[in-house]
Amino acid sequence: MAHINEAPILHKGVAVNDAAASGITSRDIRLSAANLSIAFIAIMVGGIAGLLQGLVRSGFLELPSWISYYALLTAHGVMFILVLTSFFSIGYLYAGTSRVLGGLADKTIAFGWAGFALMSVGTVMAAFFILTGNANVLYTFYTPMQAHPWFYVGLALIVVGILLNCVGMFITYQSWRKRNPGKLTPLFAFFANAVFVLWVFASLFIAVFVVGMVIPWAFGWVPTIDPMMGRTLFWAFGHTLVNIWMLTAISAWYVSMPKIIGGKVFSDSLARVAVVILVVANVPGGFHHQILDPGLSVELKFLHVIQTFMIIFPSLMTAFAMLATMERAGRAKGVRSLLGWWKTLPWSDARFFALIVAMFAFIPAGLGGIINASNQINQVVHNSIWVTGHLHLTVGTTVMLTFFGISYWLIPYLSGRRMTQTINRLAVIQTIVWAGGMLLMSGAMHINGLLGSPRRTANTTYNGSSAAADWAMYETLMAMGGVILVIGMALLLYIWAQLAFFAPKGDADFPIGEDYSPSDASPLFMDRWSIWVALATVSIAIAYVIPLIDFASGTNPGSPPFLMP
Amino acid sequence: MHIHRYEKLWLIIGSIILFIFLGIVAVQTFFLDMGPPSHAEMIDPQSVRESEIFADPELKEIGDNEYEIAIIAEMFTFQPGDLEIPAGATVHFTLASPDVTHGFKITDTNVNVMVVPGHISKVSHTFDEPGEYLILCNEYCGLGHEFMANTITVK
Repeated sequence: MAHINEAPILHKGVAVNDAAASGITSRDIRLSAANLSIAFIAIMVGGIAGLLQGLVRSGFLELPSWISYYALLTAHGVMFILVLTSFFSIGYLYAGTSRVLGGLADKTIAFGWAGFALMSVGTVMAAFFILTGNANVLYTFYTPMQAHPWFYVGLALIVVGILLNCVGMFITYQSWRKRNPGKLTPLFAFFANAVFVLWVFASLFIAVFVVGMVIPWAFGWVPTIDPMMGRTLFWAFGHTLVNIWMLTAISAWYVSMPKIIGGKVFSDSLARVAVVILVVANVPGGFHHQILDPGLSVELKFLHVIQTFMIIFPSLMTAFAMLATMERAGRAKGVRSLLGWWKTLPWSDARFFALIVAMFAFIPAGLGGIINASNQINQVVHNSIWVTGHLHLTVGTTVMLTFFGISYWLIPYLSGRRMTQTINRLAVIQTIVWAGGMLLMSGAMHINGLLGSPRRTANTTYNGSSAAADWAMYETLMAMGGVILVIGMALLLYIWAQLAFFAPKGDADFPIGEDYSPSDASPLFMDRWSIWVALATVSIAIAYVIPLIDFASGTNPGSPPFLMP
Repeated sequence: MHIHRYEKLWLIIGSIILFIFLGIVAVQTFFLDMGPPSHAEMIDPQSVRESEIFADPELKEIGDNEYEIAIIAEMFTFQPGDLEIPAGATVHFTLASPDVTHGFKITDTNVNVMVVPGHISKVSHTFDEPGEYLILCNEYCGLGHEFMANTITVK
């Protein structure tokens, strides 16, 4: 086995060189930094596309004839949902794992770079075909709409690249376990491993769809495709992806937030239970995107509602754990009054402030999710712009603000610099601007959706329909939110550039919280992922075996392609 | 694994609310006939236009103020065009797509269903309030998606 311990976590004062002083080797830094730099570019491209959409839909702007609203929409979705989130998560989780497990394995580095290369090439290919108008299929690319065949090859490369990164993570995780028999993996590594396990599940579904069905059909090797099969496989991937981001985000809430506020992890064991439930119960949640689809029975849909609701449970656990962590940190500082601990939280620390605003956003975001997943109410909001508003609360606010918060310690940790007071203040302002822009935009989207305005639709008055006339005001509010968000984006990119290249040298740490009661540790079997993977497979089978067999053995004659420029 | 007393309480209350909520959804679905549209019938997308159901798409009266209509959802229109019905009419819509996936949404109502090629979708609604309702496609279906709309006038 390759040597992993070459980068032990060094304590302050025993620095050997600049890189080792921050507890991470320069080769681990390079890998994480490379991933983060693609995330940086993705934010710019996706953000600009988002702004333009807002202005077009509200009628403030008309696009030149060489690019369509839907090309921008596709770019926005692919760049943010697929590219930004995956590159950022990998950069963050690899760096944190390196920190808690004492460096990444040699093979992990190799797999990491191979994955990075494939993902980057795939991203460039996908972006090229989107921006040249050859892939106006949105990030969901529902068949039988068809993009340029090489667009799908680009997507497939991204997915294969992610899978290579999964292998990389598993190698470091398992080799640590082998070298530390009888010991529980650190909580952060447990989170990271869980994220990559979910990624394997998600990727397998989308790989079967893209590589097994779409690519042969797009190149014309097979004449037809089954659109329902495609929707089902896509959402098994798509909804799992949502919880991949959530799990990545809450790893920072559970592990780093306690350290930042001067407290300890509330309960290491319950955190692991929440993680395991998320992994086991997750994939079938995808079916709530298909509540209004034909070809799935009412009974089956109800089963899917129950399965989707399973993931509310870990969210309740998280809500409790976060507040309990904060209260205990305050009590440890001597606060006696019922709510006095609230004031002792480090509100002016951007790392904490971004995280807690993200947590608050998750309250309405989670409630909206329950609404969307409910059989009947779904009918009111399905495919309305309410759903877009929901997505911008969950990913756009909760996950993104958490990622921004993470970046305020991750980038200095990697660059060997420190966050100055000025940058910190700017980061607090960034959080307020971003949250404000999202509140306005997402709020307007929610209301407009309830009024019936559809998502994913270019500017139109529907022949002067009176119903559609009521939507115009909210579209203007959405555009205003978009403008505020672009200011937030510019601030963020400035902060990132400062932290990466210009801030003064320092030894910023990657905050890792300790457990309150090491005696109350989880049983060792928590680390045996074969159990959780098996349980997750059972839960997936309960949801998917019936419909997939039904579609595969059905009489669907299939659909020929409809080319989408 | 120690679970704090308050956390137990919190999780128990949360779970009870969740079960009540699921119970309500179940009663609505299985006893009040409010389940989502879930028609199972299939159709070859390439022969939708010639098929018996969709060859002659017009409003048919099948009972006392009860109507039936087969609608083809295609890029970028619903066939036949605008509809007119009396107030209080119940309309049973049967939908299919000869091309890509579309959505069928009638504003100011809860009518909302996906039209996926290969499948027939069915949905019914009683129009009590007179007025002009907008039917629109709410699933992106191509570069003319925003033009895909009709009206139902209830008199």
